[in-house]
Amino acid sequence: MNYVEHIGKYFIMLKQVFRKPQKWSVFRETLFREIEDLGLKSLGIIAFISFFVGGVVAIQTALNVDSPLIPKHLIGFATKRSMILEFAPTFMCVILAGKVGSYITSSIGTMRVTEQIDALEVMGINSLNYLVLPKIIAAVFFYPLLVLMAMFLGIYGGYLAGVLTDLFHSEDYIYGIQLEFNPFFIQYALIKTFVFAFVIATIPAYHGYFVKGGSLEVGRASTQAVVWTSIVIILLNYFLTQMLLS
Amino acid sequence: MIEVYNLHKEFDGVPVLKGITTTFEKGKTNMIIGQSGSGKTVFLKCLLGLQVPEKGIISFDGRKHTELDIKSHRQLRQEIGMVFQGGALYDSLTVEENIMFPLQMFTENSKEEMLERVNVVLNRVNLENANKKFPAELSGGMQKRVAIARAIVMNPKYLFCDEPNSGLDPNTAIVIDNLIQEITKEYNIITVINSHDMNSVMEIGEKIIFLKDGVKAWEGTNKEIFETENEAIVKFVYSSNLFKKVRDAYLKKTK
Repeated sequence: MNYVEHIGKYFIMLKQVFRKPQKWSVFRETLFREIEDLGLKSLGIIAFISFFVGGVVAIQTALNVDSPLIPKHLIGFATKRSMILEFAPTFMCVILAGKVGSYITSSIGTMRVTEQIDALEVMGINSLNYLVLPKIIAAVFFYPLLVLMAMFLGIYGGYLAGVLTDLFHSEDYIYGIQLEFNPFFIQYALIKTFVFAFVIATIPAYHGYFVKGGSLEVGRASTQAVVWTSIVIILLNYFLTQMLLS
Repeated sequence: MIEVYNLHKEFDGVPVLKGITTTFEKGKTNMIIGQSGSGKTVFLKCLLGLQVPEKGIISFDGRKHTELDIKSHRQLRQEIGMVFQGGALYDSLTVEENIMFPLQMFTENSKEEMLERVNVVLNRVNLENANKKFPAELSGGMQKRVAIARAIVMNPKYLFCDEPNSGLDPNTAIVIDNLIQEITKEYNIITVINSHDMNSVMEIGEKIIFLKDGVKAWEGTNKEIFETENEAIVKFVYSSNLFKKVRDAYLKKTK
């Protein structure tokens, strides 16, 4: 199957996904389960990674800014900008593509090969709507919160890393993170996250839903899903940055 | 009655079903048998609407499958119960939740009413005290019982079973066969079973359709199967010496 065919099939799938749920009470229940599986269970890893990434960015900047002409508050400024613009939305979403993407593909793929999706269809349930829509809603509304948390923890991680190792003074860092604050950057980061969350929920779902074969194929589909989700995130990151910032 | 007329299905230009015409009757255990690759699973999937045939008519009590609008199609599907080969139970749900699932989706019953109905069907399949267990904690036979319970919880008019006793020991297989037959009589439904287990065929096959290379090669009852001279089915059914001896003994006795 060529790429154009896959893209076409993906959009046809989305058409089926965006239908009215069969029963709102069941949808609500599924949505809360997905928020837990896709969002809350990723809190720990996102907090851990963002905290240390922020620390590393601050240390790297501090070590590379050795000219006395460059003010020290630039460290805080650079950490803030890189966390808000790139590390929190893009890097964290690539991490989520790996963690959540493989989970989505393998869970839906296993349902496919064990005929659980057929069982839904036989009952007269729109399986794509039932399985994928709650995942999209959960990701799209929860991941911006995760990214906001990642921004905060990354900047805080940078602060602690520098202050604890005496690479810079806390006043410089705090002045740096307050300098030239542009609220649109937060908006830009959240728009990106919103789009990436949609991609993280749908591309792996596509790979899982249309898998054929057995457990080996489910494993392959999971790998493919993570690869394609990451590629699409990186490409969209480029285009969104062009559109929103230039 | 389910009527099938001139059903054709192909994959990538390769014909799998070649003009099957038959009927499945109410209150009877109808069986589709045939070798692996004969097209029986595709036939069953066409009946269920999981595969769309290229040509032909499938009619459920006068309602033509292919001519129904989405709403009527959904309605029809709610009248169908299906027991999949591997059970197809939802791993993340308990036994109770699995069986309750169709009720939650399609009825406005209160939770108490749904639980009551769940217990009724679990009792019917002789499975008690398993409500809170997950499918992975059950044996193969118990999983099949749960699958049957889920299939009948909505009081279906049509029950389809894809190799319901595959992977089960002979004793459990007989129990499952008998259970399906009892349910068919008790609920007066149309049951269609896809199987290549000759014990089941002889035991509960009240109407048997034998497929060979996508064509209906023979049709009859489990009694007639002993007397038929049809070469294809004789070769298929009596491939084991045991069955050959049983047939010889039966023919000797009746002559």
